[in-house]
Amino acid sequence: MLNGTCMYKKDKTSQKKITPIVADNLSVSFGSVNILNKINFKIHDKDITAVIGPNGAGKSILLQTINGLTNIQKGKITFNSFLHSDDIRKKQALVFQNPTLLRRNVLSNMEFIANIYKNIDKNIIQNSLVRCGLGGYDQKSARLLSGGEKQRLSLARALLTKPSILLLDEPTANLDPFSLKLIEDIILEENKKGTCIILTTHDMAQAKRLATNIIFMNKGEVIEQKNSKTFFNKPETNEALKYIKGEILL
Amino acid sequence: MNMNIILEALNKAIELVITTDESLFEILILSFKVSGISLLLSCLLGLPLGTLLAIKNFWGRNSVLILFNTMMGLPPVVVGLVVYLIVSRSGPLGWLGILYTPTAMIIAQMILITPIIVSLTAQIVEEISQEYKNLFTSLVVPAHKAIMAYLYDARYSILTVILAGFGRAISEVGAVIIVGGNIDHLTRVMTTTIALETSKGNLSLALALGIILLFIALITNFLLITIKMNAKRHMYV
Repeated sequence: MLNGTCMYKKDKTSQKKITPIVADNLSVSFGSVNILNKINFKIHDKDITAVIGPNGAGKSILLQTINGLTNIQKGKITFNSFLHSDDIRKKQALVFQNPTLLRRNVLSNMEFIANIYKNIDKNIIQNSLVRCGLGGYDQKSARLLSGGEKQRLSLARALLTKPSILLLDEPTANLDPFSLKLIEDIILEENKKGTCIILTTHDMAQAKRLATNIIFMNKGEVIEQKNSKTFFNKPETNEALKYIKGEILL
Repeated sequence: MNMNIILEALNKAIELVITTDESLFEILILSFKVSGISLLLSCLLGLPLGTLLAIKNFWGRNSVLILFNTMMGLPPVVVGLVVYLIVSRSGPLGWLGILYTPTAMIIAQMILITPIIVSLTAQIVEEISQEYKNLFTSLVVPAHKAIMAYLYDARYSILTVILAGFGRAISEVGAVIIVGGNIDHLTRVMTTTIALETSKGNLSLALALGIILLFIALITNFLLITIKMNAKRHMYV
């Protein structure tokens, strides 16, 4: 090991585990604005991690950074000691807060993924749609679906890729109870199968219901990372306590 | 020229169309053949190129876009002249012997249409790529599949681009008359015939072709609007 980069593996990861995820002094900025500032955390493979914090804390950018969509200015993020690569990205699936759906019908949106990832047949597509409550929606225009249906289609599409890491950016924001329950059940099922789940949420009850691990962020920094019970029972910082109580952080 | 002469020419024109006049249809078929082939080749070249320009960032990208935008307004006679100089006997491609043939006309029309296809495609795909970019990066979509997806999802807007290219090709006269020579039964197309017959005072054939040109424009626009309205209902546009 002669220099810093040699510490990290750069070989093919297609057959390998990509957890734990470790952020080491991770900094991301857009222009002169720091979005993530020297962030450190560690996420294990069996975790359901809820990233919580007020608006503008940097939660969505954190998910995008884990997915390799942003440029890292300083620090590193590693996946089982591997640096980011297309192979790692292929093992992740990100469900965006505002789902990006192709200008096609529901089935074509699913088939697009099947066309990129191998070993996805029609049965897998149909099972994924039914699982997400979209059975019989094949020919419907994806962009004419309701907000909840769009979010569920986006999740169904993500599940097709059988990700090792599932990233969900406010997956149930503004959804009806049916969609919320369905998505939460799928999250728990996927985690039982061994998928590492990282989600952002403003819903404290949801974070308590689902998460085993909490990352609390504010102003681009990770303020606390704890297991869920400890965080909600005994938050270490005043900021976290205020946030849990519903007091706005300045 | 009074109104009666115009009406008389118009009657004769309609008669030519109804009686499926042989010379008229020969001209029509050649016009569609030349414009159709040049449009097809321009689309094969211009659609992927326009998409690449929209989604790839590289040094000089804006200059290339400005160049194609500028070329949209190329004067047909200048294009005709340049192609003429290249394919004439003493030109660099003179050995091909394609001057005064439909092939030369196709080349000239391609030069005129391709910048339109490239520039308009780039504009349309750039808009849609803002929406899809993160998703495609996240899914690690290979470049060739991304290009196909952008073109497919912009298909209704791309139809307008293709129509604009066809309109430019079928109505163009300056370039094809120089490189085609307007030779009867060989390179005579609708626009060159209209120019010739008008100069000879034979307005009926010129008007017949004019009516057909307008009719084609009307039908294609009607079809396009119907397709786009249907697409809008499904929010595919």
